[in-house]
Amino acid sequence: MAEREAEHSDDAAVINRAGVAALLQALVDSGHHLVGPTVRDGAIIYTDITGLTDLPQGWTDRQAGGSYRLERRGDAALFGYAATPQSWKRFLHLPTVRLWRAERTDDGFAISEAPEPARKIALIAARACDLQAIAIQDRVLQGGRYPDPGYAARRRDIFVVAVNCGSAGGTCFCVSMQTGPRVRSGFDLALTELIDGDRHEFLVEVGSPGGAALLAQLPRRRAGGDDVAAAAAVVARTAAAMGRAMPRPADVPALLRRNLEHPRWEAVADRCLSCANCTMVCPTCFCTSVEDTISLDGRTAERVQRWDSCFTMDFSHVHGGSVRASPRSRYRQWMTHKLSTWWEQFGTSGCVGCGRCITWCPVGIDITEEVAAIAASDGAGGARGTP
Amino acid sequence: MPAARRPKLAVWKFASCDGCQLTILDCEDELLALADAVEIAYFPEARRGQIRGPYDLSLVEGSVTTPHDRERIQAVRRASKKLVTIGACATAGGIQALRNFADVRAFAAAVYASPQYIETLSASTAIARHVPVDFELRGCPIDKTQLLDVMTAFLYGRKPNVPAHSVCLDCKREGNLCVMVAHGTACLGPVTQTGCGVLCPSHNRGCYGCFGPKETPNTAALAAWLRRLGLGDGEIMRLYRTFNADADAFRDESRRHGP
Repeated sequence: MAEREAEHSDDAAVINRAGVAALLQALVDSGHHLVGPTVRDGAIIYTDITGLTDLPQGWTDRQAGGSYRLERRGDAALFGYAATPQSWKRFLHLPTVRLWRAERTDDGFAISEAPEPARKIALIAARACDLQAIAIQDRVLQGGRYPDPGYAARRRDIFVVAVNCGSAGGTCFCVSMQTGPRVRSGFDLALTELIDGDRHEFLVEVGSPGGAALLAQLPRRRAGGDDVAAAAAVVARTAAAMGRAMPRPADVPALLRRNLEHPRWEAVADRCLSCANCTMVCPTCFCTSVEDTISLDGRTAERVQRWDSCFTMDFSHVHGGSVRASPRSRYRQWMTHKLSTWWEQFGTSGCVGCGRCITWCPVGIDITEEVAAIAASDGAGGARGTP
Repeated sequence: MPAARRPKLAVWKFASCDGCQLTILDCEDELLALADAVEIAYFPEARRGQIRGPYDLSLVEGSVTTPHDRERIQAVRRASKKLVTIGACATAGGIQALRNFADVRAFAAAVYASPQYIETLSASTAIARHVPVDFELRGCPIDKTQLLDVMTAFLYGRKPNVPAHSVCLDCKREGNLCVMVAHGTACLGPVTQTGCGVLCPSHNRGCYGCFGPKETPNTAALAAWLRRLGLGDGEIMRLYRTFNADADAFRDESRRHGP
């Protein structure tokens, strides 16, 4: 997939609902498994889908701290909702993956590595924050000296159909994190849903040669200036409707660095359940641990890698006990890494402003509110401490 | 196999429903391998005979509720090299620990025609309150996979893979939708130790806390949120006071919301 910046260029086209159906079918025909949004159990989730009829037509969500409700829209929008409960992370950086298995032999043991997955997947309706998160996980999981081969294999062949958000959620804050709502890179095709009275069309922009080739197969018309303007208006309207904002995002890394002993950490720890939900739903949190098991007869052994979290005691357990024994230190570790030390480690923020950690925190802890509280009494904890 | 002599296993019952012992028999596919790996020396649910102690590994089900139990657990401990408690009764007093919040004599009078013959303690308590315990396996009932892992860990001298983190973490790994956030259903998952395979939330039910408090449980913060969801003190008290009623964190929180 090309990483070039998309522009409202000459190759933009307009398709209708039938065009979206044709797009999905063309992807299936070219050997892709479709993973996209659908309504299940009272939410719009990313899962395996088969085509247009699985899309959450006419549905949206109402999100707030610790609360998500599925609601009907007044129209037939296919993509009229905000962030899903979980991100694409679970399809690229799997929650559980067997790394290897060993069998005892007569003179030792033989190791068999897990087979690489053959699934070629197409991500349907990825948002700007989602794509920024994938770019961050790319850097973490395959950008260094020791790339994760499973991630790299799953990542390599994905086809990305992005969607510029036409609806901002109550916990969205991508505008302040400068990650959305318009997709900039990391996609093959990008759709903007245009609904106005009887009109229901999609502006399609091309992000890669593969995207251009696919678009050429679809029933479409060339995009005019009006279409491009209408799409820009959709994005502008979404940008103006953000449910949240990260206060002074450029100052946050330094703000947190000099407030490691701020009393707010204690206050948030009083509410924090250290349940790890925020890290699980975060599209960039990448931590895992491995677990070794042996069969009862001692003939086989396995090593399994699982999503783990800095909110568990075991995660920071070293000789003598957990380094971060208090929920205060664990929350502080998570937030300062996400917003501050991530810059030093990977050159970006670890936060893309999707708001999932706010919505899916069982007690509605809000990362933007916590930053605002620290900013409001900058230096209240006295001299800086050590993390 | 790790040893020439098979370790001797004993399974003991105290005040309990036998469900955790039956979990051993539920290991259908692994039962023969288990019988190969250990000598089942004492297990009344499974065999009539008894091989004398001492035992290499004792699994203890049930809580201490009678003066006789109180003596017997000392003898079990003396006869056991390693002692592992299995289930909520043995680890936190079980559902019968509801007596700890009431007058057990009133219960006995309500249930039995001649309560004067009932010799019972005023509280149902965990095994660890009476003797040193090497490992506590949680659950009502225990989870078969965790039990096999604990047995395997014992056989090979490694640490059991029994995490102390929340149910939520496994709900998210499984891809379950959060029933509390998305449906407003009261759920103890954020304060409960994982291990059940996220059974209830996988069926759109809130967690009942069968595996007891997780590490560093913030029961008060969850209770405050449950109140916002519309639960009253009585409901919050009952939520925390079930199978693990006498586990420290759940007991203390339930007392903040009821008698």
